[in-house]
Amino acid sequence: MNPSNVVILSAILFSIGAVGVLVRRNAIIVFMCVELMLNAANLAFVAFARTSGNLDGQVVAFFVMVVAAAEVVVGLAIIVTIFRTRRSASIDEPNLLKY
Amino acid sequence: MINASAAVWAEGAPTLQEVMPAEGVFSLIWLLIALPLLGATVLLLGGRRTNTWGPYLAVLTVSASAILGILMVVGLMDRGAEERSIGQSLFTWVFAGQFEANMAFQLDQLSMVFVLLITVVGALIHVYSLGYMQHDPNRRKFFGYLNLFVAAMLLLVLANNYLLLYVGWEGVGLASYLLIGFWQHKPSAAAAAKKAFIINRVGDVGLSIAIMVIFVTFGSVTFDDVFGQASEVNEGTLTAIGLLLLLAAAGKSAQFPLQAWLLDAMEGPTPVSALIHAATMVTAGVYLIARSNAIYDRAVWAATAVVVVGLITIFMGAIIGSAKDDIKKSLAGSTMSQIGYMVMAAGLGPIGYVFAIFHLLTHGVFKAGLFLGAGSVMHGMNDNVNMRRYGALRAAMVVTFITFMAGYLAIIGIPPFSGFWSKDEIIHAAFERSPIIGSLAILAAGITGFYMTRMVAMTFFGKARWEDDAHPHESPKVMTIPLIILALGSTFLGMALLFWGNIETWLEPVVGFSTSTSPLSTEAVIAISLTFVIIGSIIGWISYARREVPIVAPRGSLLTRAARADLYGDAVNEGLIVRPSFWLSRLLIWFDGRVVDGLVNGSAALVGGASGRMRRYQSGFARSYALSMVGGTVLVLLALVLVRLS
Amino acid sequence: MNTFPWLTALGALPLIGSVVVALLPRSQPRLAKQIALVIALATLAMTIAMALSFDGASTEQFQFVETYPWIPAFGISYSVGIDGIGLVLVALAATLVPVVILAGWHDVDDASSRTTGSVKGYFALILVLETLMIGVFSSIDLFLFYVFFEAMLIPVYFMIGRYGGPQRSYAAVKFLLYSLVGGLLMLAALIGLYVVSANLTGTGTFDYLTLVGLDIDPGMQKVLFLGFFLAFAIKAPLWPFHTWLPDAAAQSKAGTSVLLIGVLDKVGTFGMIRYCLPIFPAASEFYAPVVIGMALIGIFYGAFVALGQHDMKRLFAYSSMSHFGFIALGIFVFTTIGESGSVVYMIAHGLSTAALFLTAGFLMERRGGSSVISDYSGVNKAAPVLAGFFLFAALSSLALPGLVSFVGEFMVLLGAFQKYMFVGALATFGIVITAAYVLRLYQKSMTGPLLPALEGMKDLRGREIAALMPIAVITLVLGLFPAPVLNVINPAVGTLMTTIGVTDPPTTLNPSTTAEGTQE
Repeated sequence: MNPSNVVILSAILFSIGAVGVLVRRNAIIVFMCVELMLNAANLAFVAFARTSGNLDGQVVAFFVMVVAAAEVVVGLAIIVTIFRTRRSASIDEPNLLKY
Repeated sequence: MINASAAVWAEGAPTLQEVMPAEGVFSLIWLLIALPLLGATVLLLGGRRTNTWGPYLAVLTVSASAILGILMVVGLMDRGAEERSIGQSLFTWVFAGQFEANMAFQLDQLSMVFVLLITVVGALIHVYSLGYMQHDPNRRKFFGYLNLFVAAMLLLVLANNYLLLYVGWEGVGLASYLLIGFWQHKPSAAAAAKKAFIINRVGDVGLSIAIMVIFVTFGSVTFDDVFGQASEVNEGTLTAIGLLLLLAAAGKSAQFPLQAWLLDAMEGPTPVSALIHAATMVTAGVYLIARSNAIYDRAVWAATAVVVVGLITIFMGAIIGSAKDDIKKSLAGSTMSQIGYMVMAAGLGPIGYVFAIFHLLTHGVFKAGLFLGAGSVMHGMNDNVNMRRYGALRAAMVVTFITFMAGYLAIIGIPPFSGFWSKDEIIHAAFERSPIIGSLAILAAGITGFYMTRMVAMTFFGKARWEDDAHPHESPKVMTIPLIILALGSTFLGMALLFWGNIETWLEPVVGFSTSTSPLSTEAVIAISLTFVIIGSIIGWISYARREVPIVAPRGSLLTRAARADLYGDAVNEGLIVRPSFWLSRLLIWFDGRVVDGLVNGSAALVGGASGRMRRYQSGFARSYALSMVGGTVLVLLALVLVRLS
Repeated sequence: MNTFPWLTALGALPLIGSVVVALLPRSQPRLAKQIALVIALATLAMTIAMALSFDGASTEQFQFVETYPWIPAFGISYSVGIDGIGLVLVALAATLVPVVILAGWHDVDDASSRTTGSVKGYFALILVLETLMIGVFSSIDLFLFYVFFEAMLIPVYFMIGRYGGPQRSYAAVKFLLYSLVGGLLMLAALIGLYVVSANLTGTGTFDYLTLVGLDIDPGMQKVLFLGFFLAFAIKAPLWPFHTWLPDAAAQSKAGTSVLLIGVLDKVGTFGMIRYCLPIFPAASEFYAPVVIGMALIGIFYGAFVALGQHDMKRLFAYSSMSHFGFIALGIFVFTTIGESGSVVYMIAHGLSTAALFLTAGFLMERRGGSSVISDYSGVNKAAPVLAGFFLFAALSSLALPGLVSFVGEFMVLLGAFQKYMFVGALATFGIVITAAYVLRLYQKSMTGPLLPALEGMKDLRGREIAALMPIAVITLVLGLFPAPVLNVINPAVGTLMTTIGVTDPPTTLNPSTTAEGTQE
């Protein structure tokens, strides 16, 4: 299997994720897009690890998964809290952190 | 103008005397200064407790100094002429690198006569003040300041180096400042005091720089080191030192162009005018020049400048004195003029120094007498100073009148009164240097006759023009006794110093002396100057005793009006110096606020403004932050790629 | 040599005192003041004891040296030691602190905790400041010096910003930012110096004596010099870096102004003597004409601006700027007399500033805090003792011969004249303008008819006289007998002159045979 195909797939996934984060308003979807980007990165790590023949990339991929899981926990909690107070999951509405 | 080469000029210059250690009574030289200083300290710090006995303590300390001074002069006379310079060093005062100035005194023939003048006349004036200031609530302070003055003046004449002299020099300036402004509640007095101090400071700049030049030239500021090596220094440097010292002398002695303060200084109480602004402090400039004779003898141009300044001031003072109706200001003009004589004489070289000092001594006594007499008159006339409201006072105040007449005859130079001997010798010496100087000096003597006759005529003769509530009366004994003593001095001091005291031989070892080889004989000079004096006096008599004196001053000629305005000295200072200074000040304040601080606050505003703009970009929209992150990442990637490619 | 850790103990004492004062309950302001005063007096006593055991004839440059490693990895150590110059400045600080505490006894009584700081806080800050002042004058490790130099800003910031006049926060922020800019430049230069030392010796160090011994490349010197010099010029302050001073002086309490201008600003001129000259001799000589020009401008600029001021405190601030011009002039002419004169001038200026600000403070306290000159007239009549001290302070400021300020000023001018004749002569004219603005102030405020509003004004109380008297006595005694000060300053200046390798210009006659500056 040509690793470049895998890397290209990872780039495509990452781009979809990035565009999703930028254009979607719904916090849940933005969140899923972030996950998509993380997994695109994981894919790239694993692919390169295989190409170079050592396990470092694989290990990092596991790290990323753990961090992503933790992030999901915190992120979803925040989203739920915001939804409770504002009755909306739009991320454009909570803009209190401005000048 | 001056017909003397440098070699002829310096003829008669003294050689340096050996300094003797201070033994016996002379080990108490420091006490001369310490006594009045102690008096000043006690009076100024003691507060109201000293109100009752303080003034007497002040009289006591000065009198003790005077007695000590008399003991010392007796001691000096006992010694041979070559053993009369005595040094006393207390401790090293200022030192760093090569520079060293000691707290050290030198008592020699020149200092000695000054010590006597200061302490004896000072003591008399202290006694007089007991009466004159009797009713002043602040008289404790007055006596404290007077004592401070005496101490500073003694320090000035006893210092053995220029830097210590400077302490005395500004010390007397301070005392003068305090005493001119003694009646501080009068704005005019406070302004006059400030003016005196600041103009004196201009002179002090001259003294400061002179000391610096002396140090970088001689490596020392001690008189003996400087005078002993003056011959090894080039004339240019000596001329510079001489001119700078002249500037200092002009400030302290109210000589042109720094004369403007003296007339205003008459705002002070009259005893102050007598002691400080007639007898002692204003003659400090003459002392400085005479003391620095080793420098002037080798710097003919500097000496010539001294003569010119003296001559200009003789006439300025005389003209101002002729026009003023205020008796004290008229006397102040006269003081300027007489000090002009001394300064001129001191500029004549070794033929003049002795007579400059001689005239200084006689003038110190008779002018003090005249001022105290004027004070006595004012005391009887409700402190009115306007001579146009005097007249016919001779019957009302007999003692004052007689003593004033003694001073009058002395100042215009009628033999055998003391002023005659000294002024005549100066005119004689002036003729030796140049007939022009001599003639001008004689002409000024004539004017002296005029204005002094005018003063006497307006005050004591003619018709009474008193204000309604004036009840002229003679002053108390405490005031008249000093007057009588000073009048005796005005009469006999000249003869005593000349014939009994041998003032020339006494002073010769310090300032040098050479007998005059004047083209005019002594008799001729006497005859001519007496003629001028008498003509001047007659004019004065006719104009002010025979004719009615109007109570309101007539408009007067152009010259009279100029003289009443102090020959526009104030106007010149105001226009050329004071006002431009305040303009500059205002300009700089504007500059400081707008430009310098403006730059500082401007940069602060710039940062503040920029941050105000920048924070607009913190919109709070998470997605726009994300966009800028993506944009940034893309930029970084592009940059990396470009770097790789190139 | 004495092994007692004099300097550490001296620095620790006020620090402990400040902690004690700060921990006191708010309801006991009187006790706080008393403790502060006792601590300050104890510090003064200790300073005197230290000064007495200081050996003026010692061949060591620094005495009472203590060195403990602090951050060895970067060659930083806690090293303190003192030479004659540091000693007299520490003595100045130790003298002025009790005076300020005594004079400011009631200055902050109206301080409530909500808008401003508390009473005890003010006195605690003064004591902290004293520790830092002692530290800054006795550090011989550049990093330690820098720490003290910057730390001093904190108590002063609070003293201006919490206890000052109506515009205090503007003044405090301006002071802080201005000083921080200077400090930042110095930090950069300090790091540069460390790198240079690492390159030259292999191990980087902040040790003063090692750095002085380095032979730094002249080009590098010129860059590093600027960093230090600008920091010191802002601190001093020299023209044109002075504009924080009038604001700070006008807004602070009299006591704050005394410590700020009287002692803290001396750190600037002290730094020039201690750091700029010996570490960067080539650069110092290179920049000397510029600095002398700044000093000359400052002398006249400050004096002329002071001449036209309507506000007393601003007048004093500008007059100080003029005086700092004199001090900087003396430092950068590189003559023994000039350097010694500058140090004497620093002492004299500290004393005269203290006298001026404190008397003016007492005066203003009696007129509802107004510092506008035209609010006063004829004070002499109502309060003669106050007017007397005011005049004394004024005379001390205009350097009347017989007072210590004259000794300093004359030595500075003489030192300048010795090297650059026209500079010295020109600067001498400054004394006329000084007399003009000082006496103008005295004339306007103290003489003339008494203003009706001042009727019944109280004269100085015993406490206030007790605060002013020591300053007056020291000013007078050192003016007539400056030997105690000169004896410790001159050897330090001699070492300095040897370090920077400059000899005095010889006099025309009787040039001294030894290389001056090295001998004393």
